[in-house]
Amino acid sequence: MPKKSAALKSRASAPAKSAPPAAKASTAARSEVVKPLAPGKTSKGAPPLDRAEARRLYRQMLLIRRFEERAQQIYVEGKIGGFLHLYIGQEAIACGIMSLLHKDDYFIGAYRDHGYSLARGADPKPLMAELMGRATGISRGKGGSMHFYDIPNGNFGGDGIVGGHIVVAAGMGYAIRLRGSEQCVVCFFGDGAINEGAFHEALNVSSLWDLPVVFVVENNMYGMGTSVERASAVTALHERGAAYNMVHLPCDGMDIVKVRDTFADAFARARKEKKPTFVEVITYRYRGHSMSDPGKYRSKEEVEKWQEKDPIARLGMFLLDHKFATGKELEAIDKDVMVEVDDCIKFSEESPWPPAEYMYEDIYVKTPTLNWRAVEKDPAWERSLPDDRVPVIYPPHVSQGVK
Amino acid sequence: MAILTMREALNQAMREEMKRDPNVFLLGEEVGHYQGAYKITSGLVQEFGDWRVRDTPIAEEMIAGVAVGAAWVGMRPIAEMMTFNFSLLALDMMVNHAAKYRYMSGGQIRCPMVMRGPSGAAAQVAAQHSQSLESYFAHVPGLIVIMPSTPKDAKGLLKAAIRDDNPVVFMENEVLYNIKGEVPDEDYVIPIGLSEVKRTGHHVTIVAWSRMCYHSLLAAEMLAKEGIECEVVDPRTIRPLDEAPIFDSVRKTNHCVIVEEAWPQASVGAYISDRVQRECFDDLDAPVFRVNAPDVPMPYSKVLEKLYVPQPEKIVEAVKQVLA
Repeated sequence: MPKKSAALKSRASAPAKSAPPAAKASTAARSEVVKPLAPGKTSKGAPPLDRAEARRLYRQMLLIRRFEERAQQIYVEGKIGGFLHLYIGQEAIACGIMSLLHKDDYFIGAYRDHGYSLARGADPKPLMAELMGRATGISRGKGGSMHFYDIPNGNFGGDGIVGGHIVVAAGMGYAIRLRGSEQCVVCFFGDGAINEGAFHEALNVSSLWDLPVVFVVENNMYGMGTSVERASAVTALHERGAAYNMVHLPCDGMDIVKVRDTFADAFARARKEKKPTFVEVITYRYRGHSMSDPGKYRSKEEVEKWQEKDPIARLGMFLLDHKFATGKELEAIDKDVMVEVDDCIKFSEESPWPPAEYMYEDIYVKTPTLNWRAVEKDPAWERSLPDDRVPVIYPPHVSQGVK
Repeated sequence: MAILTMREALNQAMREEMKRDPNVFLLGEEVGHYQGAYKITSGLVQEFGDWRVRDTPIAEEMIAGVAVGAAWVGMRPIAEMMTFNFSLLALDMMVNHAAKYRYMSGGQIRCPMVMRGPSGAAAQVAAQHSQSLESYFAHVPGLIVIMPSTPKDAKGLLKAAIRDDNPVVFMENEVLYNIKGEVPDEDYVIPIGLSEVKRTGHHVTIVAWSRMCYHSLLAAEMLAKEGIECEVVDPRTIRPLDEAPIFDSVRKTNHCVIVEEAWPQASVGAYISDRVQRECFDDLDAPVFRVNAPDVPMPYSKVLEKLYVPQPEKIVEAVKQVLA
């Protein structure tokens, strides 16, 4: 499917001209190692992708890409502020994993989080509105790019503190064990996070206590501008799982079929055996760390080499090979997605800005055990609307207690 | 009413709440089979088992993080810090996670957790183990900070903290664990964010919490013998601060002394002082007077340590100065 692949490539930002030769050589070597990876040896894998599911996933991956490409455009126009970390290149991971999650499972990730929410099936309109800081944003305009949450769908979204959420994921796993349910937790983080203490503290207790958590390190080769080789004494990151007596394996993150096979096993292990798994998904981010990153630490050739493995183009080939779609149909899907993204922007631009009182809301829950008079009268907060006006929308599977 | 130690009152509060609500669980270093480093959790693991009284490795960020994660999905964890000095390793969990997610998610998330443990100076444990770090937590919108001074308050407030849907930092005082006091026999909670006048008087208002409230009451007794009547106001909850009883008292006495075990700069006492001077400026006959630990780390030697922690005599001296 050369046409599609070229079209996708043309939208990638221009990479930097030069990179330190050492870094170039080592990341290239790593990508060679990853190439022949197959699903784990004991793998039963995921059910084969049927026509409907393959097409759904193709559309979803494309939605993430087009959503972010447009976000990048309007960021440059000044319509989005702050940080904007793009997931472009890594779409197969979120989409593959979410396609296997049950409705009552939980997930939490780091700040490169647009893809997680879209892959979990969140309405993209409030997501774009959140990027633009509007009242209709999924977090009422108070979170921004790094903080998409959709709690009724078990989406604990994006955390802005590198590594911090990894221990939180262990806590969700602990709650599941107390409850005795068959839920599981997915925790996404980048290769930059695995040198944080929180990572080690979380993996240790997850293995020690048999918590149903699947830890996913999305190794996109760089923690901001520092390559894995320059940050980690062990470059095959999954091997760190061995230190905690945890099942650990690598996975090709540019192929959604392989992602699904690997994670189907990990989820089965979590649900049935209550055991955690540590998966290193090898991937690549096409864009800089954030919008302010010109990418001078890597070469144009390196970026292009990875773009040849593009996960969306790859799934497109899969669809064509299996006669699940024609080239024309794929083009139609792309057009449809573009229209949807344009609608998101239109919706966001027409949405109101958050009123000033939003600033003072959603800090404390009004509970009978709290003397609300003291909270309201605290002049430091100038609180005008004390009640949690947004009803807390925990569905039974989120808030249910111990049976 | 039973006479209980603070230790027994805290233990009862947790036991009763764990019986009442199966979502409540406890985790921390040595909380289970060791029966608690300070024996606050004594007997709980025998009653509730290893999963609800979880002994953890020494990893404070994990202890707090597991509590946060479990709270977000509907549990009511109590995370014990062996002492609050070690909570600095868990500060990111409290400040960036427990306190922020409700706001950042537009009100979608609740974090009904308690972080508790002893705070303040003990006996000759030197600079790293003798700190009063309440201002670190009280600085942060989204957190509740409670510091009880009596067994009754400790039990009623801890039960409220466990039932509350907000993240609560509950700072006990190691030296107060053995003090005794009347505790109601029936099931009761004390609302969070309610100051209490612990002693009435008309010459001077002393604002003090935790161990310093205890010292202030001793000082008030000494001063009463000299004909000086102190009104001691115990905020009990540092955040949210119930200011009205403090202002009412200062308007009556026209003098204010704030006593705290923490360092003077950027402290809770500094904030209360600012509030009193702003709200009661016309009522004050003298500037607000503050009693603090000296602005130095805690020394080891018992001779120096005694000089360090504000003693009742020092509070007596301060009251006389503000009235002079």
